[in-house]
Amino acid sequence: MSFSSQSFRELRLEGVAREFGSVSALKDVTLDIKRGEFIALLGPSGCGKSTALNCLAGLLPTTRGAIWLDDKRIDTLRPEERGFGMVFQSYALFPHMNVRKNIGFGLRMKGRPKAEIAAKVDEALGLVRLQNQAEKLPGQLSGGQQQRVAIARAIVIEPPLVLMDEPLSNLDAKLRIEMRGEIRRIHNQLGATTIYVTHDQDEALSLADRIVVLRDGTIRQVGTPEELYARPSHLDVADFMGYRNKISGRVVSTDSRTATIAVGDGEVTGTLRETLSGDMAVIALRPEDLTVSTDGKGIPARVETLEYRGHEFQGLARGPGGIELIFSSHTRLPTGSEVRLKADPAKSLAYAQGTQ
Amino acid sequence: MSSVSVARPATSDDRLTLKQRLVNRGLDGVTMLTLPAIVFTLALFVYPFCYGLWLSFRPKDGSLLGNYATFFSDPFLYHTIGTTLALALPVTLINLLAAIPVAFRVRLMLRPRLLTTILVIPITLGTVLVAEGMLTYLGPQGWFNRVIMWLGLTNAPVRLVHNYWGVFLSLIITGFPFTFLLTLSYVTGIDPALEQAGATLGASASQRFRTIFLPLLVPGLAITFCLSFVQAFAVFPSAVLLGAPAGPTRVISIAAYQAAFESYDYSMASAIAMIMAVVQLAVVAAVLVLRNLAYRGPVAGTKG
Repeated sequence: MSFSSQSFRELRLEGVAREFGSVSALKDVTLDIKRGEFIALLGPSGCGKSTALNCLAGLLPTTRGAIWLDDKRIDTLRPEERGFGMVFQSYALFPHMNVRKNIGFGLRMKGRPKAEIAAKVDEALGLVRLQNQAEKLPGQLSGGQQQRVAIARAIVIEPPLVLMDEPLSNLDAKLRIEMRGEIRRIHNQLGATTIYVTHDQDEALSLADRIVVLRDGTIRQVGTPEELYARPSHLDVADFMGYRNKISGRVVSTDSRTATIAVGDGEVTGTLRETLSGDMAVIALRPEDLTVSTDGKGIPARVETLEYRGHEFQGLARGPGGIELIFSSHTRLPTGSEVRLKADPAKSLAYAQGTQ
Repeated sequence: MSSVSVARPATSDDRLTLKQRLVNRGLDGVTMLTLPAIVFTLALFVYPFCYGLWLSFRPKDGSLLGNYATFFSDPFLYHTIGTTLALALPVTLINLLAAIPVAFRVRLMLRPRLLTTILVIPITLGTVLVAEGMLTYLGPQGWFNRVIMWLGLTNAPVRLVHNYWGVFLSLIITGFPFTFLLTLSYVTGIDPALEQAGATLGASASQRFRTIFLPLLVPGLAITFCLSFVQAFAVFPSAVLLGAPAGPTRVISIAAYQAAFESYDYSMASAIAMIMAVVQLAVVAAVLVLRNLAYRGPVAGTKG
């Protein structure tokens, strides 16, 4: 493969901020990205992830802070001077150019020789498996094919950085999973540093080397998919990483690593993920880590429904104060039966109450 | 967008009521709402046009093509075509070229309302009021000449009324808003992400305009040119008020007016009107043929 991403060691964002009038879309974002990394910017809509990407691309000026590519400050450059490849949510293919012309656009703008452009475009067409569609206009292609053209057009210029703005959000579920694999395959083949914006935690977990979780314009947590999934640093990050039961209660005992809260006449212990403030705490844990207790200790609850899930049962129980608890069980339990549910302390995470 | 077509068996028609059969052919209650417009068009456009065409072949001398022969043998008459084109073509072109950059700027404004309002005022004022205003403003004793003489740019007043330039300027002022509004609608119809994509791929502002915007705008600009041209070609009030209607700005509509209301030769006037229509159609057809060479299709990017 003759594509190569132009060499650099690291991309640094230093206190980057962007304001729209009096509204801060991005506050003091500082981040180091190494060459070849696949970074996902993850967060709900309005968290600033697209703003961050547009600031990197140069499509939005930053209000404060600096962006460095090694020793070169790039936040003052116009987008056409940065040379980053960008894949847009709407694909933004040029409707009046065929696939070949679309992919070759960046190389033509750089004034490369015709023979070189033709060879590179052919190679890019092969990479995204569109050799047979080269003469078609974008309007004649399916959504997935348009997406491939957009990716090919962005990587054929051999950019140091590829930026992707929710590239899969316009595709149906099946195609999305297929294209996810394609994007990862292309990244593995080319090794281009990629920054990928998404609101879909599945996409981020399956694609990224590192995930940056954003909320209200600030970075909440940076980590590998495994770290984020298993040990979210804040309750809102935990909320974003798949379903967890959230049990709140008064703290009855705490040490440097764990906290125990009272729930009804029972207790739950969790591993501390942040410093507690006040005497209330929230413990978050996954349904598979909440099981039926055999020693009479744990949270008292009444079973409401129970579903067979193949290897085990998953049930919904109502605990003290009417809280809903989703739990796992190895045996069938009759509806309405009273049980005690115990939590695995290592996998239960304790957070301060009300620090959303 | 594709229209909804209802599949129906061809043989079952006789079992349907008349109303159902009409609905199947696309005629229902809503269709009736177009009747007033159809009557209006027939009575006030199609009939007068056909009558005028027929009348133009019934000249006073009794021959079939007498009026057309007279028109094309008298320089005082056939020169009006050139005079009108010499006004309408440059005015339309200048308006269009001026509208493009303004539209590109307005597209980026968050509140373009004030500017749009200012630009649209000349349309609402009408050509006669604009012409009266220009007569005093641009006249020998008007503000314009007083200022440039006070600045020492010239010793004698510049003649800007009662000649070609008076009509030229008035056509620009009254024609620009129309051209601008049409152009703006085409410019804002282009997905801004296309330009952003062009920028990230290394295209400079002028490259983005030439390779992305212009090809997508050409079809719309061609339509705008045609509509603006037809408006300018039919110039009458400003050619009389601000021009020299006996000579340099004797446009074709003045010739038609004189034939009808000074010579009372309605047949000749109809013939001149027909010639006017043919010239307009020829220019419009030429522009549309050129447009067909350009890309025609969606400009909003791609489906998404």
